[in-house]
Amino acid sequence: MYTTELKDRNAKTTAVPAAPEDPERLAAFEARVAADDFIEPKDWMPEAYRRTLIRQISQHAHSEIVGMLPEGNWITRAPSLRRKAVLLAKVQDEGGHGLYLYAAAETLGTSRDEMIAALHSGRAKYSTIFNYPTLTWADIGAIGWLVDGAAIMNQVPLQRTSYGPYARAMVRICKEESFHQRQGYEIMMAMAGGGPAQKRMAQDALNRWWWPSLMMFGPPDDNSPNSAQSMRWRIKRDTNDQLRQKFVDVTVPQAEAIGLAVPDPALEWNEERGSYDFGEIDWEEFYAVVRGAGPVAKERMNARVQAWEDGAWVREAALAHEEKRSARMAAE
Amino acid sequence: MNREWPLWEVFVRAKNGLAHRHVGSVHAADSRMAIEAARDTYTRRMEGISLWVVPSSAITASDPGESDALFAPAADKVYRHPTFYSIPEHIKNI
Repeated sequence: MYTTELKDRNAKTTAVPAAPEDPERLAAFEARVAADDFIEPKDWMPEAYRRTLIRQISQHAHSEIVGMLPEGNWITRAPSLRRKAVLLAKVQDEGGHGLYLYAAAETLGTSRDEMIAALHSGRAKYSTIFNYPTLTWADIGAIGWLVDGAAIMNQVPLQRTSYGPYARAMVRICKEESFHQRQGYEIMMAMAGGGPAQKRMAQDALNRWWWPSLMMFGPPDDNSPNSAQSMRWRIKRDTNDQLRQKFVDVTVPQAEAIGLAVPDPALEWNEERGSYDFGEIDWEEFYAVVRGAGPVAKERMNARVQAWEDGAWVREAALAHEEKRSARMAAE
Repeated sequence: MNREWPLWEVFVRAKNGLAHRHVGSVHAADSRMAIEAARDTYTRRMEGISLWVVPSSAITASDPGESDALFAPAADKVYRHPTFYSIPEHIKNI
């Protein structure tokens, strides 16, 4: 799972560093990233680079964790033991991916508790895709195929992102996620090849997840103020629109192969470009969901906060146990 | 008093972008000395550009007697691998 870096369009940015940065160090840093060298935690880095990474990596981590909710919703209702074991393994992976990413962000000087607090207070964003509901079993197929497909498209180039701990986390994540998309497509294939009711269900899921999946790549390049900076610092290696186009180009034939129709009347192969032309994305919907207006945004955050609060006694008990044990060992 | 210097585990990063890897250990009185000993012992031929030293006593290792209980269950979860899912040849990029 993944999110591109999200900022509330109306949010004020305070980009002025506390102290002006040493131009020599800055130039040396810029030269290193331009030469595709990796930056490691103890290396000097500009404050804006650090802040951008903390924001992006923590949003990515939050997306993994919140992303467990729409799918977790179907674990007990999976149609067979095989599907249930697979979905459980996938949701477990997403939890692990959140942990790798939180740990990578912690190397930049933030703490797990700070990041969780930012998520729960609504200050930190996560991918808009998880604020849509999973209404039928076909949605689980559509998520694996489209949402994980879009995530992989975004994450593969991030294996070469300029910050070492983030890049290494992405290598692990990409390797583990290689089954996520295939299991989703397999579900869609089974349903599209089933009876008329199943096929309708598969088509309905594609209809509802297609546009939100395209929004996962983030705002269009001409309205993505952070992109240029992130590209220069090699935090991002492709623009939002480039990745979105790539996703459309590989996904449309996959839909056609199983007899499903992509819900976009403007979709057309452009021989000259060697790519599909596609319709306008409803950016007002995207920004509304970023601001928290998604159909199940409240439900998602309530579930996260409740899980955190319900788990408080476990966190406290483990520490109390450790304190008691150390005291006993010290006394012996 | 004749107390042996403690043992430190040494990790070397070969180059930026790669994780530190365990290479061995050294004896030293403190962490600074451990870094210097590790530098002399393990990086004489440009093996690395960064070192970590960790007191060996700070490492908790899993018990070999428990390895079945810890690791064997992963063996029958073949569905965690992409090859478990059969997608027809003509469907690309998945």
